[in-house]
Amino acid sequence: MIEFVMPSLGADMEDGTLVEWRKKKGDTVKRGDIIAEVETQKGLIEIEIFDEAVIEKLLIGPGTKVPVGSPLALINPIHDKAETIVTTTAKKDLIHPIIEKEKTPASPTVSSDDRIKISPLAKRIATENNIDTSTLSGSGENGAITKEDVEKSIAKKLKGALSQEALGTTTEDETASASISIRAAVAAAMSKSNREIPHYYLEKTIDMTKALVLMNKANKERPVKQRLLPAALLIRAVALSLQEVPELNALWDNGLQIRSDINIGFVVSLRKGGIIVPAIPAANLKTIDEIMSALNDIIPRAKALKLRSSELSDSTITMTSIGEGGADSVYGIIYPPQVAIIGFGNISEQPFAENGMLGVRPIVRVTVSADHRATDGLIGSRFLTALNRHLQNPASL
Amino acid sequence: MKKEEIEKIIFSILKQIAPDTEPSELALDENIKETLGIDSFDFLQFIITLDEKLNREIPEQDYGKITTMSSLINYLTQNMK
Repeated sequence: MIEFVMPSLGADMEDGTLVEWRKKKGDTVKRGDIIAEVETQKGLIEIEIFDEAVIEKLLIGPGTKVPVGSPLALINPIHDKAETIVTTTAKKDLIHPIIEKEKTPASPTVSSDDRIKISPLAKRIATENNIDTSTLSGSGENGAITKEDVEKSIAKKLKGALSQEALGTTTEDETASASISIRAAVAAAMSKSNREIPHYYLEKTIDMTKALVLMNKANKERPVKQRLLPAALLIRAVALSLQEVPELNALWDNGLQIRSDINIGFVVSLRKGGIIVPAIPAANLKTIDEIMSALNDIIPRAKALKLRSSELSDSTITMTSIGEGGADSVYGIIYPPQVAIIGFGNISEQPFAENGMLGVRPIVRVTVSADHRATDGLIGSRFLTALNRHLQNPASL
Repeated sequence: MKKEEIEKIIFSILKQIAPDTEPSELALDENIKETLGIDSFDFLQFIITLDEKLNREIPEQDYGKITTMSSLINYLTQNMK
């Protein structure tokens, strides 16, 4: 029997509220089945199960808000696969909830500190953030308050402030409050990234003539519904290049952990502000058409904030594309614990020199922002070179 | 189909794609995509829905001819079957 826990859907998620159980006690479930719906900062998310199992017991009821990693249900795997536990736990441990240092007005009462067992670091953080340590219960040795305890308390305070803000709103303002919480989630993840990850940046100008000729030719022969967008080609080219330079398709957790699956998180901008990054799983194993269908499925759901848990938690790298008419280049901030983000500017006609000749070509400026703890510029450069090669041979995409 | 009917259909599709905007307030010479903040993906949905409702497939090479309300309506009325 194993515990099915509240999954982490990104470095910025700390808890979720169970909205509905989709399965009941005694149900047999298979990999990919939706077991529950959970309300998170990123909207209403369908939570999937990772293995074939029988539901033994549902541990919490609808409306309950629990932190990431808390048991939601007990399940009995049908095949004796210890892997399930490993995946869930590994995921949970890998992505540490992130804590924003936010000064909130509160009465600082650190006077009773000498009677409280607390580590010096925890004490300093508590003082800095006006946390009353006498109200905390310690999880350290002999009940000592640790840095994590203090950080949890800061996060709680921050969340409290946020939900209070959301409480006063009516149903009409639901989108507005979702947009506030998405803003907070983006703020938290990006602050953590900028604070902890030493980014390095590279850029390459890539001629898109051949790729676009191929795409336009394909689109001419297709009904409107099956038309391709440049993004589908670019995702395919990125996926193939990552096969050659796997170091960028990785997570950082006290060391570089290269992932075998290439799940490309694709940045989708929301009309009300904020972004959401659903994953295109196994992009290297998909054809351009399959990637385009994946985009057709996932972008509207992302915009409506209706995604599945795996779509939010499984990305191994992020890709952002500015799109037509926009800025020429974008230098992304890495989404932790990933180690790179690939940025595509607007595809536009520019003077381009090749073989001693100057011509006007559709070009795109591609950037890599990568974690310098994990890789060096040479790796990023290799990736951009590979990407260029794939886009110059679009027939092989 | 009359110009007014086409206009009405265009507005209703745009309203679906960009519900937070007021497409009927678009000036005739304003760039539709820029003014309403429509990305390439949503623009493709727009073209698909236009085809569904008007039975008109707009080829990709003509995208440049339909950037404003006036040019789009012109394009659709002139090439009406």
